[in-house]
Amino acid sequence: MADVNRGKRPLSPHISIWRWQINSISSILTRITGNALLISFLLFVWWLLAASTSPEAFDLANGFLTSWFGKLVLVFSALGLWYHFLAGLRHLWWDSGHGLDMKTAELLGWACVIGSVILTALTIVLVWGV
Amino acid sequence: MHFLSARKRAVGLGAARSGTERHWIMTISSVALAVLTPLFVWQVAPLFGASFDTVLTAFSAPFRAVITGLMILLGFHHLAIGARIMLEDYAHGETRKFLIIGMYVICFVAAATGLFALARIAL
Repeated sequence: MADVNRGKRPLSPHISIWRWQINSISSILTRITGNALLISFLLFVWWLLAASTSPEAFDLANGFLTSWFGKLVLVFSALGLWYHFLAGLRHLWWDSGHGLDMKTAELLGWACVIGSVILTALTIVLVWGV
Repeated sequence: MHFLSARKRAVGLGAARSGTERHWIMTISSVALAVLTPLFVWQVAPLFGASFDTVLTAFSAPFRAVITGLMILLGFHHLAIGARIMLEDYAHGETRKFLIIGMYVICFVAAATGLFALARIAL
């Protein structure tokens, strides 16, 4: 039978209607950081390929990485990587049937946000020695 | 019905009828990446900004080379599937197909390039 009501059916409420809270924010941040890491990974491959090519090619990639913009990209890459890492651990914990009550779930969301900032700060200090 | 287990009765009744396989693959790679990420930050991240010779010597160390190879392989695999799931949510029709194919091309070409570069430095 032809669907006469195509395109006019009511839709379930979407993000515009809900109040933002830590669970929805930490969920969308997981997707944003995961996909944004494509840029970080491509940058890493460029740097590695440059190192395998010639000193001149390496200087170009290294010059970008050590510029203020390159450093900014590195810091945001670390932040994205650590956030996605913690959110992934949270997901594995949830998938095994733990921490699904509201209080624990919200606590884990904040742990991802605050934890990623702490791990990024530790990376800057301990790994990059700034 | 009493002879069927609860699981057997539920199998195949989901709206999509498939898709759990991809979730399982993401679970496997996420466990691997959960181990690899701290190792990568510890072993490879300090080299960003290092001199040409330091970088070449560093990647000839077997442990660091293997960590890097696994990070490239599993990272791009995880990324390709993750990006595909996102595109399936937000893009539609022909656009979706082109974007998913494009994303897979980028991920696999980058992964192969990364492994090639790593092999050239490490060996």
